[in-house]
Amino acid sequence: MRAEDYKISNEKFVLRQTGQQLHDEKFETKPVSYFRDAFGRFTRNKASIAAAYIIGILFLFAFIAPIVTPYKVSDEDANYAYVFPKNELFYKLGVPFWDGGRKMGVTEASYTLYRGIQEETGRTVIMTEPEVREEEYMGKQISYYDFRLDSYNAVGVKFVLLKYEEYVALQQYQDENNVQVIFPITDPALRPEAEHDKTNANIWYRTKLGAGRKTTVIYDENGRFIPIYLADDGRDEYTSRMYWEGDTKLYNYAEPKDGNMWNVRVDYREYYKYIHYLADDGIEYPSFLFGANNAGKDLFICLASGARFSFVLAIIVASVNLFVGAVYGSIEGYYGGKIDLMMERFVDILASIPLMIVITLLKYHFNVSHIFILFIAFFLTGWTGMAARTRMQFYRFKNQEFVLVARTLGAKDSRIMFKHIFPNAIGTLITGSVLVIPNVIFSETSLSYLGIINLSTGSLTSVGTLLATGQNFLFTYPHMILFPSIFISLLMLSFNLFGNGLRDAFNPSLRGTEE
Amino acid sequence: MGFAIPRFRIYFAYLFGHPTYLNPPRKEAFGSRACVIIMYMFKYICKRIGLMLVTFTIIFVTCFVLVKLLPADTSSVGIGEDANKIIAQMVSRGYMKYDDASRKYINTPILEQLARYLRRIFLEGDFGIGFNMPEYRGRSVWSVFIEKLPPTILINIYSSLLAVPTGIALGIFAALKKNKWQDHLISTIVMVFISVPAFVYASLVLYIICFKFSALPLGVASLPDIVQAYPENGFLYVPGEFNWPLYFNKKMFLSMLPAVFSMSFGSIAHYARYTRAELTEVLTGEFMLLARTKGLTKSQATVRHALRNAMVPIFPSIIGEFVSVLSGSLIIERIFQIPGVGGLYLASINSMDYDFFMMLSGFYLLVGLLAGLVVDLSYGVIDPRIRMGAK
Repeated sequence: MRAEDYKISNEKFVLRQTGQQLHDEKFETKPVSYFRDAFGRFTRNKASIAAAYIIGILFLFAFIAPIVTPYKVSDEDANYAYVFPKNELFYKLGVPFWDGGRKMGVTEASYTLYRGIQEETGRTVIMTEPEVREEEYMGKQISYYDFRLDSYNAVGVKFVLLKYEEYVALQQYQDENNVQVIFPITDPALRPEAEHDKTNANIWYRTKLGAGRKTTVIYDENGRFIPIYLADDGRDEYTSRMYWEGDTKLYNYAEPKDGNMWNVRVDYREYYKYIHYLADDGIEYPSFLFGANNAGKDLFICLASGARFSFVLAIIVASVNLFVGAVYGSIEGYYGGKIDLMMERFVDILASIPLMIVITLLKYHFNVSHIFILFIAFFLTGWTGMAARTRMQFYRFKNQEFVLVARTLGAKDSRIMFKHIFPNAIGTLITGSVLVIPNVIFSETSLSYLGIINLSTGSLTSVGTLLATGQNFLFTYPHMILFPSIFISLLMLSFNLFGNGLRDAFNPSLRGTEE
Repeated sequence: MGFAIPRFRIYFAYLFGHPTYLNPPRKEAFGSRACVIIMYMFKYICKRIGLMLVTFTIIFVTCFVLVKLLPADTSSVGIGEDANKIIAQMVSRGYMKYDDASRKYINTPILEQLARYLRRIFLEGDFGIGFNMPEYRGRSVWSVFIEKLPPTILINIYSSLLAVPTGIALGIFAALKKNKWQDHLISTIVMVFISVPAFVYASLVLYIICFKFSALPLGVASLPDIVQAYPENGFLYVPGEFNWPLYFNKKMFLSMLPAVFSMSFGSIAHYARYTRAELTEVLTGEFMLLARTKGLTKSQATVRHALRNAMVPIFPSIIGEFVSVLSGSLIIERIFQIPGVGGLYLASINSMDYDFFMMLSGFYLLVGLLAGLVVDLSYGVIDPRIRMGAK
């Protein structure tokens, strides 16, 4: 049969759906948006979820801790330097862990001193029964006492110099609050002769200068300490109702010094409460959750404020880098060719400058705060990475059909760049800038650790400085480096896991591969 | 090969615009396809080295100018005979000159200083002298640098030698046991070790190994210690010299071990993760199936086929690691008090000693750039499928 035989006249054709509206059929399923898809994939990754929670906790720690604890970074008390971490709960329960105690192995002289403090203040200093062990040291048998020492109560009593009015106010405080703060002063003539014990207020008992110019205790016939309190000679104007063990005015409670000053012997724990009562800053008895550093600063607040500073710096740097890098990278990637080549050479050079050189030059050239220098240095060396990422993404997408369509429809360059291509690149960019945060924190920590950047002014400190200080006391007071190390390790670990999860989440090609 | 010489000439002519190239040679003169690729690569390498040198020069010169723009701080030099000697040295090096009008020593113009600095480096190998750091005052920067180099390099080499095989072995093991408990265990440990910063390991190593168990010494032994321990080698010790032989003995090695461990943990984890990722990907390849079908055992297929392919991206990073052994780690050097280049660099930053700072900055910059370049180039050398510089 020939083709002409099949010729059908035009009239026979009728539009089948005349009068009906034509449209695509609606999807039965719900559309899954890019972000919902990514979120779903992210939540299936358990490690990332755990990491996200840990980051959340560290974040809360950094931002809430400074609000809830009464301490400030500027608060320091040298008498409580190096005290150990103390968790009030553990302390009350009597758990021999995290209770402000530390295992000690000391010579008899130190052990006696602690015993004296315990006896005078009536608070537990020696927390466990001491075990005596004999050891040979330089040809002599020396006995060591191993026990758990309460590092807070071991502070005992201290001499403080007060003005007369302050002395009277302290006495009034005693009467009002019914606590004994002022302890009887020791007789200056009977104080230990050894040079380094002369100013030790805790020696309230009779001693003599023993062999090797060491202070040796003289006991009475019952083996008890013999007090050397200064008998009342009428010079001391002590009017408080609070008396030492019921002795009404048997002793002097202060000795006059030059210039209307009085040397007062105070129970330091109560006195600490008193000075903070005067300052009205909400601090009562000393108790440092993470212990105290060599200056007697609360490490909890130091770490929290260091962490807060790191977080704030890192987030600012990450967002500025993201912004500048995204704009620069979009222009590079979108226009390509000569523009790209030139801009890329500039980035190449900038990206090869070591951070150390930038910091050094900035530090010596501009006499501004180190915080600002850090920010500028991280910005100068950091945004190039973000630009490179954006550029890659733009290269990936700029030749795809949807861009061609948009251009055919008459979209301007800026519209294509930021409305069409950029949303496709945003997943990678978000992942990138989240991973900038731990890098910035790590670099900042390293730089302050190395002492190139010094962020420790009165009211600010940084994790790196805490680590560097802790390093010097690693063997003697390991708690000083323990908590900052835990913080930085947890932070790095959780950001790594979180970043991995985020990277997988924003990678649509992984869709459905997990099952 | 008989035609090796003419072919080489053609490459050079091609590259450097020799007249021969103006009359393009016959196509067959270039020889096989491999030769074309080699020539192409050679050109690419030259280009990359050129670019690297340009980058280096720009940064170095900018750095020099910016450093020299700082007000010269000669106050720390002090006064007296030593100070006069230092000033004389600086004058002879062209940093300062005597100004008759103000009767003071003033700085010479920066560009003049730069010109003389570069000429000194290239013609005399003289990087200047130290004048702000009391211990190195008046000493040649280069000799101090050479003296500090061995501990830095050795610790890095030891840690690389430990890290690379261990890491790769762990990675292979994890990949072969994919999704079994061994793999999960290794992957978890690797994740922890990658994340935790080196100074945390260093503290742990110091506290546990060196302090609690006293298994290893606390710091790196100094050369006088070594001479004391091995008096028969005493004649080798010349203060302020290279002193290589004294670094190879048991005492020095043991004292370096804590630092080596601290440095290698992160590296081991890095290689283990990288190897596992690459190898698991390669193991699923179709050529592996083919290898098994043609009768190879699993281990034969893994070693001969999978591992070789997996090494393509890993090998460049090993090479990169061995280039950057020169630079070391500032933090590890500080913690273990290693008398190395890092400590010197920190000291030069803190006391702003121009010559030391310039030389060491240049050194670190060059090592960094070189390591990056070597890594990039070795990709193409190892895997001929990768055409370098291709768009």
